[in-house]
Amino acid sequence: MAVNRDSNGYTFGFAIALVAVVGTSLALIATGLKPLQQKNEVIKQKMEILRAMLTKEEMKKVDRKNANEKFDQYIDLEKAVVLDINGNVKEGAKAFDVDIRKEYKDKEMKDGDRNYPMFAGSKDGKTIYIIPVVGKGLWGPIWGNLALGEDQSTIDGASFGHKGETPGLGAEISQPFFVNRWIGEKITNESGEFETFEIVKDGSGGKPKKVDGITGGTITSKGVEEMVNRCMVPYAVYFKNNKKS
Amino acid sequence: MSEVAVKSRAPREPLFSKKNKRLVTDPLSDNNPVTIQVLGICSALAITVQVKQALVMGASVIFVTMMGNYVISLLRNLIPSRIRIIVQLVIAASLVIIVNELLKAYMPDVSEQLSVFVGLIITNCIIMGRFEAFAMGNKPWPSLLDGFGNGLGYAILLVIVAVFRELFGSGTLMGYQIFGNSLPNEESGLYTIGYVNNNLFILPPMALIIVGIIIWVQRSRNKALIEDH
Repeated sequence: MAVNRDSNGYTFGFAIALVAVVGTSLALIATGLKPLQQKNEVIKQKMEILRAMLTKEEMKKVDRKNANEKFDQYIDLEKAVVLDINGNVKEGAKAFDVDIRKEYKDKEMKDGDRNYPMFAGSKDGKTIYIIPVVGKGLWGPIWGNLALGEDQSTIDGASFGHKGETPGLGAEISQPFFVNRWIGEKITNESGEFETFEIVKDGSGGKPKKVDGITGGTITSKGVEEMVNRCMVPYAVYFKNNKKS
Repeated sequence: MSEVAVKSRAPREPLFSKKNKRLVTDPLSDNNPVTIQVLGICSALAITVQVKQALVMGASVIFVTMMGNYVISLLRNLIPSRIRIIVQLVIAASLVIIVNELLKAYMPDVSEQLSVFVGLIITNCIIMGRFEAFAMGNKPWPSLLDGFGNGLGYAILLVIVAVFRELFGSGTLMGYQIFGNSLPNEESGLYTIGYVNNNLFILPPMALIIVGIIIWVQRSRNKALIEDH
């Protein structure tokens, strides 16, 4: 064939054709797989919420296949509420539709517009309040769910997740040994005010309001501290106001 | 590129001729992309903390080197030489995106564990190295084998490093406890007599040291690999 492969016309033509072919096929694949991926994400979100309130043994029975029905079994979406930053209930907002990760990323958003969802679940006849939190670790976003017991203050269970923390170091925040350190801590003092937590390195984590961090994962651990301390404030106000009435 | 591109010539070569077999076996030992050509070191440091991640990462890289080599080889007579690196990059990048999308849709848990590292396959020098050094000058079938061999050579090294790091850093293999339970107050097995995990193994420098030791062992067994300049 007498095509000059070094000519400008051929080079441009090849580049344009390649980009068109590759672009189209990637777009098709991405669109085709989108529904599956979104379904996976919703299921993941439900499992994260369940992981905060269920014990390890109960959680073993939950997998991606039955996550939807288990979620409906434990969580009553009718009782879920959405709060504003001052702890007041936002009428008509749906808790499950609030994307707190997106809101956290949006630096333009006014604090007053931010949504603070809370789910109510029941287990063994007791009400459990599940609060999603979001923050940032060393490499990217971290998130979690804290489950409060019926006294609306004691942490009953928790789950933490991350996007890309270092495996073996910061990524350990999602492991049970770290999560268990939070259980039993109270988010409020006797008068119902929120009290901040502190991540410590010296092993004094047994004391109230102190949680042992992860060796080699200091920045991620500090990220968890900041995340919990920032996100829990509106809920503490909400619980205090609702107790009075 | 330090290695010499192997030229395939005979038109009717059997599919698994001696030469074609060498394309797969050479990168596993005497021409290993990581220990001999010292390519793809960065990811060998990053994702060798756990064996499982190393396995999935290895499989993803094998897929990309194989498919990429094959596609590049098919297009080798059409690609304009002035933009060939860009073309190779576009093909590598789109294959990686496909892997990432497939993992997200069908293996969401694995995809979450690998997180950003799947995207970083694009930057793995082995891929561009094989495209440029082999696929641009060889027929599709040998290129496919070459891609498979080099991907496998990378994957094997990754797994060897990961076995050492997970075993001594966390006391587990594939997530199973080997030395017993190391959690505070729940110790069992070796941990009850005072054994502790070596945290250095979890940190990236240890991967470099292990790769270095593997290179040392390999070159002392095969003197021909020692460069004398």
